[in-house]
Amino acid sequence: MSRTIDINVHHVTRVEGHGNIVVRAKDGKILKNEWQVPEAPRFFEAMVRGKSYEDIQTIVSRICGICSVTHSLAAIKAIEDAMGIEVSEQTDKLRILAHYGEQIESHSLHVGYLVAPDLLGQKSVVPLASSHPDVVKAVIAVHRLGNTMMEKLSGRKTHPVRLVPGGFAKLPSADDLLDLRGMLEKAIPPAQAVAATVAGLLDKIPDFDRDTEYIALVKPPTYPFYHGQIGSTDTDELVPVQEFERVINEYMTPQSTAKWTRWHRDAYAVGALARFNLNADHLLPLAVETAKQFGLKKGCCNPYWNSIAQIVEIVQVIERSIQLIDERLKAGIEPERAEVTPRAGTGTGCVEAPRGILFHKYSFDETGHCTGANISIPTNQNHGNIQKDFESLVPSILDREQDDIRLLMEMLVRAYDPCISCSTHYLDVEFV
Amino acid sequence: MSKPKVAIFDFACCEGCQLQIVNMEEELLDLLTVIDPVQWREGMSDQSDEYDIAIIEGSITREEDEEPLKLIRQRAKILIALGACATIGGINKLKDAFDLDDVKKTVYGEAAGMPHLATAPVKAVHEVVKVDYDVHGCPIDGKEFSYILRCLLAGRKPAIPRYPVCVECKLRENACCYEFGKLCLGPIIRAGCGALCPSNGFHCFGCRGYVEDPNVNAAKEVMEQYGKTVEDLREKMQLFGTRQEFTL
Ligand code: SF4
Ligand code: SF4
Ligand code: SF4
Repeated sequence: MSRTIDINVHHVTRVEGHGNIVVRAKDGKILKNEWQVPEAPRFFEAMVRGKSYEDIQTIVSRICGICSVTHSLAAIKAIEDAMGIEVSEQTDKLRILAHYGEQIESHSLHVGYLVAPDLLGQKSVVPLASSHPDVVKAVIAVHRLGNTMMEKLSGRKTHPVRLVPGGFAKLPSADDLLDLRGMLEKAIPPAQAVAATVAGLLDKIPDFDRDTEYIALVKPPTYPFYHGQIGSTDTDELVPVQEFERVINEYMTPQSTAKWTRWHRDAYAVGALARFNLNADHLLPLAVETAKQFGLKKGCCNPYWNSIAQIVEIVQVIERSIQLIDERLKAGIEPERAEVTPRAGTGTGCVEAPRGILFHKYSFDETGHCTGANISIPTNQNHGNIQKDFESLVPSILDREQDDIRLLMEMLVRAYDPCISCSTHYLDVEFV
Repeated sequence: MSKPKVAIFDFACCEGCQLQIVNMEEELLDLLTVIDPVQWREGMSDQSDEYDIAIIEGSITREEDEEPLKLIRQRAKILIALGACATIGGINKLKDAFDLDDVKKTVYGEAAGMPHLATAPVKAVHEVVKVDYDVHGCPIDGKEFSYILRCLLAGRKPAIPRYPVCVECKLRENACCYEFGKLCLGPIIRAGCGALCPSNGFHCFGCRGYVEDPNVNAAKEVMEQYGKTVEDLREKMQLFGTRQEFTL
């Protein structure tokens, strides 16, 4: 009997940005099996040329609404690197708090609004509000916490205004930090409730392993998002962030408007699971407990489990934020900001976006105007790996119903939490 | 009356404005009692071609994206432009300050000639189809969005400020940027954000677009008074104002 499979998901739903899945198979033979990224490119690296160092973070924050704090911070770190600016410990720690807010906001949005509907058999979060009101309430509580952290520290929920080279345009007050501390404490039970719900649905998460190279920031003995060097599960070598170009090895492919990357193998993965695989030894106690609850262990190479690693990170970041706030309250908030004098030079900034490691590099002339930029976003670093996952996954599920195949592929893409709006958009499955 | 069907579409943008809709949380659930979302790629798997209200986020940056937008316009009774990318082209228009071939080469190097990397001068939504309502800002404010949508459902015209950001800034008793030798676009930008940036120690960079009939002479006077030039102001105006109708 001849059997044709033709999947064509043009613009996968419930992801940020546009991506397509195209599968074509006839009589058990795979003719096409592609992850395509047709997002309209937005050319940020070209647009920042000629702009003052004072305007860069305002521009590049618009690369992605869901990681705007992350992009701002990567740019600011690069500017400070280029101009030799040392910021205070206060600035450093308060930035990390704002950045944690974004991890919480982004992870809870992804797990709660975009992935949970798959696990609970719904098409969106809207029906969940009536079928699982407690889950939705818990997700909203955690999501709101992340937003409030960004609002209090960076001036608003999306596209920060207070984060500038040298420090803060306006500092949070001790009262702001106290309020946040209260919110953080209160968010632990709902975060654990979300974890417990998902832990009860583990059988809904596909069983699929593919040995993969994972890359993330590493800085023992911490679980870093903001500091560190580039580490990989394929090597013990730690690479200084200034040398990131020899890690990412960008290249173009006809199936994507975004650049793809590779290091030791033909693809690598970044994101929560990568961070977990490299840094799990340094998690705080509540996060360790959460990981145990799922049975998540270092060395996990089931890409669908990225969402689980995100839940562990939500707990980790809440716990760490409380410690950071206590430190700051003890030290007191000092009105200060490092002086910035523009000078010619090149600098690199690297931070972990919720979706994985992010690199920004800029050159400036002596007046502080940008002469060139290179930005490598985590989603683009994952594209090649998604393609490799497809090549391993599809042959193993080819005997299933077409709709099943499609769902498994969509769920896989969604697990990477792709944010294709980052100069690119995606999700469509084309079964042709 | 049955609930109006609403569809949300995104073109080239950061999707930060859609995120503000998600961020409304309980208020969004409340709004869902009066509207019926039928298509929202980022939030749901359903797709539909039948809708009363189309909400457009993002700018048009490729010729191939114009047709789909025109089709949406034909289908929708009401079309709303959501956020600066849609209302004025937003940050995307910065690209237009450069030669497009040069832009492609800068980002893609030798691969720049690949056909799928085509790009065109950036258009705001109103440069392609008729827009019925604008929701300003980069990003939009969820409350203002909800207000505009509710006005529209009630058949009322939403009241959007026609005065500059400075008015709100003074009401909040902020110290003016110019007093510290910093430039600010407050005098020529449409209010409605509560002077958000100056209230956070930053300057206004113009995300809500120019106020209708900006008082150009007053702006020039401010420059003179504080020892700045119109050139300085123009540099700041590039961010959200590249290739727009108003020039100094
Ligand atoms: S207007 Fe701003 S926040 Fe909204 S989509 Fe465009 S860049 Fe993003
Ligand atoms: S800070 Fe800006 S918005 Fe505020 S009064 Fe001064 S110029 Fe106007
Ligand atoms: S102050 Fe200016 S840049 Fe800031 S939100 Fe308001 S209009 Fe936009």
